[in-house]
Amino acid sequence: MTHPTGAQINRDLLRPLLFTSWRFYLLVAFFGFFVLAGLVAWAAQMTLGFGISGIRWPVYWGFYVTNFVFWIGISHAGTLISAILRLVNAGWRRPVTRCAEVITVFALLIGAMFPIIHLGRPWLAFWLFPYPSERLLWPNFRSPLVWDFFAINTYLTGSILFLFLPMIPDFAVIRDKATGMRRRIYGALALGWRGTPKQWHRLESAMQIMAIAIIPVAVSVHTIVSFDFSMAPVPMWNTTVFGPYFVAGAIFSGIAGLLIAMALLRKFLHLEDYLHPVHFENLGKLLLVMALLWGYFVFNERLVTYYGNEPAEMTVFWQTQNGPYAPLFWTMVIGNFVLPLILMGIKRFRTITGCVIASISVVVGMWLERFLIIVPALSHKYLPYSFGIYRPNPVEIVITAATFAAMALLYVLFAKFVPIISLWELKAGEHPSPELIPPATEEHRLGDLHL
Amino acid sequence: MTLREPQGHPEQGRGVKAVYGLYPTGSSAQQAVNRLRAAGVADQEITIMSAQPMEDFEFGHIDKATCMWWIACGGGLVGMSLGFFLSWLTETSWPMNVGGLPTWAWWPNIIIIFELTMLGAIVATVGTLVVTAFLPGRGQGRLYDPEVTEGQILVGVENPVDSRVADFQKALEAPTGARVKTL
Repeated sequence: MTHPTGAQINRDLLRPLLFTSWRFYLLVAFFGFFVLAGLVAWAAQMTLGFGISGIRWPVYWGFYVTNFVFWIGISHAGTLISAILRLVNAGWRRPVTRCAEVITVFALLIGAMFPIIHLGRPWLAFWLFPYPSERLLWPNFRSPLVWDFFAINTYLTGSILFLFLPMIPDFAVIRDKATGMRRRIYGALALGWRGTPKQWHRLESAMQIMAIAIIPVAVSVHTIVSFDFSMAPVPMWNTTVFGPYFVAGAIFSGIAGLLIAMALLRKFLHLEDYLHPVHFENLGKLLLVMALLWGYFVFNERLVTYYGNEPAEMTVFWQTQNGPYAPLFWTMVIGNFVLPLILMGIKRFRTITGCVIASISVVVGMWLERFLIIVPALSHKYLPYSFGIYRPNPVEIVITAATFAAMALLYVLFAKFVPIISLWELKAGEHPSPELIPPATEEHRLGDLHL
Repeated sequence: MTLREPQGHPEQGRGVKAVYGLYPTGSSAQQAVNRLRAAGVADQEITIMSAQPMEDFEFGHIDKATCMWWIACGGGLVGMSLGFFLSWLTETSWPMNVGGLPTWAWWPNIIIIFELTMLGAIVATVGTLVVTAFLPGRGQGRLYDPEVTEGQILVGVENPVDSRVADFQKALEAPTGARVKTL
């Protein structure tokens, strides 16, 4: 394992910014095509009406709300994990934090699009905002949907600032290396950064405070998303376990998303000297813990429903256990529990490839979990007259695929214009002599944990 | 007195705006700081710049005291008050009796109050950073060398009294690997 230092860190991590290969344009064109297709599909939905989607009575929440919950969940990869690792002063966090924080910002932006896509008339989305209309009627602050608005926007604002603040010293590095227009742009973004001890202390204090503030906000976001369901009198939704269940699922899918992103960055940007197998191994252990926690919550939810034996709930229950949704349910269990347990539980499978396979299965499994929470319950409410079937139409499938492409496209563009690994945080990890390290700043270094 | 005197001082105006050294290691930068102190320069008059926080060295702890935590708490309190008044004002300005339930209740509004509390703390923290770290460029000296971002550590004195420039240069040149420059 090599540890690059100083100038080499600058050279390696600024290479993608200063030199553009044909692969970059190819990737942008590839993902851009799908994003464009998604925009065309959305435009068609607005023009032709909501009827071209598969959303109709009795299932009014289909793919769009599934995607909303899924992407908000993925957003828990970044800021939350980064904040926890910063607070516990885990030395191995340094190459990981920015990759993770970027996921949060982009996933939140994509997730927050879905309530708007889901609106029949998206140009009236501003009705959700808390402002008095001409009749002095304010949005209903007792509605979980308005809670969503506040929670997501607080988390998004906090996450953008949490991502941006540690980028300031890195913008200063690019400012000093760039010329022309690029120098002016990065100079403006660097906000006059010079790197005085005072600036470093203030930046680190700000990051500490924000890390403390952002953790409860992150937990609140997915708890509030779970309230969208648990506050409603729908079978299998009206349960107190949904808050922690959703938060655990969000962190679970977030870690999986982060592992996939890290593996791709390592491969395509040649970051082998920075993203070591031990980073994947440590995150893989976290994935294993979350798989067990997720399994516990699913067992809890199912067991309580089964023992309650309430007819409406049991109808939904059997739909997913051995009814038409059973193949999706058991795929979810294999993807979220069985496969991660085997791959992450056995040390020799906890390699980069093993982590990526487990993560892909978790991402698929978590998307299915969101779908299985929403659709079977809505299609089998209390009275049989309200039973129905939901089948997604092409417009929903195209928009869903476009959001995955949008995530990849935004990530590629970000990695092109900003160092994807924090330069100064890597350099700060180089301690010249261990006896000089003040005890208060001592870190938990790479590979300290042996499981 | 090491800094340039106010306008009209007889020693002012002969051109040296700053004298500084670039050091490859934290140890040599620490020596430079110590020698400047020995030459009578106060901590607040020494300019230090580095490409990363230098917490392993004593000079990296200069200017550490901050009231950012208290300001963040204050921002949180402002946010909390805003959340409380926003929910209270809007709900009581159009009171609707729904099955005898209270027009304003704690439980649903705690969520709005909580989110705005945290938002207030976050915004106050960032605002304090911008103001106290002199971003964006406001109130900072003009001394800067792009080699800092390449890993060199800059130690120097801005606006020195001309008669002391030679002393400062001597102090800055002493540590191993020093490269002293003047502006």
